[in-house]
Amino acid sequence: MKSLGSIRRSFAPWADASAKPYISFDNITKKFGDFTAVDSLSLDIYEREFFALLGASGCGKSTLLRMLAGFEAPTSGRILLDGQDLAGIPPYRRPVNMMFQSYALFPHMSVEQNIAFGLKQDGMAKADIEKRVGEMLKLVKLEQFAKRKPHQLSGGQRQRVALARSVAKRPKVLLLDEPLGALDKKLREETQFELVDLQYDLGLTFIVVTHDQEEAMTMADRIAILDKGEVVQVATPAEIYEAPGSRFVADFVGTVNLIEGELKGRENGVARIEDGQGLTILAEDAGDAAPGNRVWFAIRPEKIKVSAAKPDKTDSNAAEGEIYDIAYLGDMTIFHIRLDDGRIVKASTMNSARVSQELLTWHDRAWISFRPDSGVVLTR
Amino acid sequence: MKRLATAVASRLVILIPYLWLLVFFLIPFLIVFKISLSGTVIAMPPYTPVFSFSDGVSGFFANLAQLGIDNYLWLTEDALYVNAYISSIVIAAVSTAITLLVGFPIAYGMARAPAALRPTLLMLVILPFWTSFLIRVYAWIGILKPEGLLNQFLLWLGMIDEPLIILNTHTAIFIGIVYSYLPFMVLPLYASLEKMDYSLIEAAQDLGCPPIAAFWKITFPLAIPGVVAGCLLVFIPAVGEFVIPDLLGGSRTLMIGKTLWSEFFNNRDWPVSSAVAVVLLLILVVPIMYFQQVQARTQEQDR
Repeated sequence: MKSLGSIRRSFAPWADASAKPYISFDNITKKFGDFTAVDSLSLDIYEREFFALLGASGCGKSTLLRMLAGFEAPTSGRILLDGQDLAGIPPYRRPVNMMFQSYALFPHMSVEQNIAFGLKQDGMAKADIEKRVGEMLKLVKLEQFAKRKPHQLSGGQRQRVALARSVAKRPKVLLLDEPLGALDKKLREETQFELVDLQYDLGLTFIVVTHDQEEAMTMADRIAILDKGEVVQVATPAEIYEAPGSRFVADFVGTVNLIEGELKGRENGVARIEDGQGLTILAEDAGDAAPGNRVWFAIRPEKIKVSAAKPDKTDSNAAEGEIYDIAYLGDMTIFHIRLDDGRIVKASTMNSARVSQELLTWHDRAWISFRPDSGVVLTR
Repeated sequence: MKRLATAVASRLVILIPYLWLLVFFLIPFLIVFKISLSGTVIAMPPYTPVFSFSDGVSGFFANLAQLGIDNYLWLTEDALYVNAYISSIVIAAVSTAITLLVGFPIAYGMARAPAALRPTLLMLVILPFWTSFLIRVYAWIGILKPEGLLNQFLLWLGMIDEPLIILNTHTAIFIGIVYSYLPFMVLPLYASLEKMDYSLIEAAQDLGCPPIAAFWKITFPLAIPGVVAGCLLVFIPAVGEFVIPDLLGGSRTLMIGKTLWSEFFNNRDWPVSSAVAVVLLLILVVPIMYFQQVQARTQEQDR
């Protein structure tokens, strides 16, 4: 069977028609004065899912999270958690916990006291609290920092305290608002995997809000792309990347070359697209686009081959141009190629060998080529 | 050479505030302290000995021998002084507590107000300072007296049948002190509440803490530096307050500021009034210094 990307998933309740959603946003609208932050949005999230809300700032993703936590009330619509309508339930009675972007650690309390805070609110016995706090400290590897105050910790350690505090109560759902936003790149990459492991080990449902697509792709089972208060697409990271539903998604996640043209016809399932300037593209995944439609052919840079000589027949799409810019990134090289019609195409090549046979340089003539199944045809 | 100049300049910058304290605090205090050790005479100035450069070294030592602690002993012999000190401290403490109760909600409301509105609210708190303190206290006489605005208003509402006697009671003093010193409480409270991250309250609620409990567990502990600063700013001047008890408190009110004034102007007993002032200073400064040292030590432990 053909699969998108290179991962096979065993956990996919969203594909199972009999599975019941754990959290449902049902036609939610949230207005602040004249500004509509969330616009008639519906979304289902399943138990034990690691779900990411991805979007630019101001797209409504944080508002959605805050409505689930109970800090904002929806203007209209319902939020269901495990079948229960959350309307009117104050934040301190909801079985969800949140990890704040600023961490919101209590500055006058030690690490221990911060983690114990929520447990004390539940009236847990003292011995049980101590035991649970000990477990949490061990989980985030902060045993020797138990007595420290937040201002005596590094950014990464504070992030761990915030995480330990928010999972200490074993909430049904953990909400994470830009959990790694304040960490530097190296630490962020490490922590991403730790978060995924933690979520798996504890068996909790995680909803993470982020503007960082790499973070969402690394951690999430499914990603919802939000734009102007609406869900644009909900899918697995591989689907989002390889089969974006619109130009917005294709452009928002990763880098993409968009070639506008008209769908002229189909032969054996392969669509022929002409851009009107002499370029003809053959594409397999044309969806429901019909002949005569205005379409955009979207292709990722790593799926375009660059060569000095004219490619052979196996790549049915090819065009000639001049190398306009080269960026050498170590693991790969990005070529900006100006085609003869003036269009600039980005193509990247993995540097899988240390010593390359074919050396291309600035202003060289070069060919780009790609297979008909390498790109996707978008109608929006 | 240039480095030397900047070193001297930076020393000079530190020197200025010390010089200021020396000239306007330490020297006047030493003069008052010296007068408090002198004896009373009917002369100008009304105390003896008077130090003069013309006396020479032997005269200086002869004068020094005349100084004594008689005035301080006198303060312990007459119950008036002890009572006045105690009464002043009680009145100041009660007023400070009321000011805190009134000031906290105001400061909290200001800190939670929309950011665009805050400068205006801050301005409103400071606005009374633009009118003379004395005039504002006089205005309270017009409000509180038996035929004053407050009584007329309450009579008109039908809430009372005969005028309340507020003027010339402790209540009037409390009202006067709370009114006059409220900005000194609100401003430090506002400063500490305003910089508090509101997401802390949300985090507390998120962890299962209802709003009122969250106030006592998070907001109040974090506002304590502001509470301490506000209370000191109100308590210290309130203990020595003279104008408010004199105008609003009537003749029977015993406060150390009034006692000091009558010793100085009515009895022309400069040495005893100086002793009263020195003891007042000690009563205020010693506990505050001790308190600050304890605070500094707990902060040190936190590091």
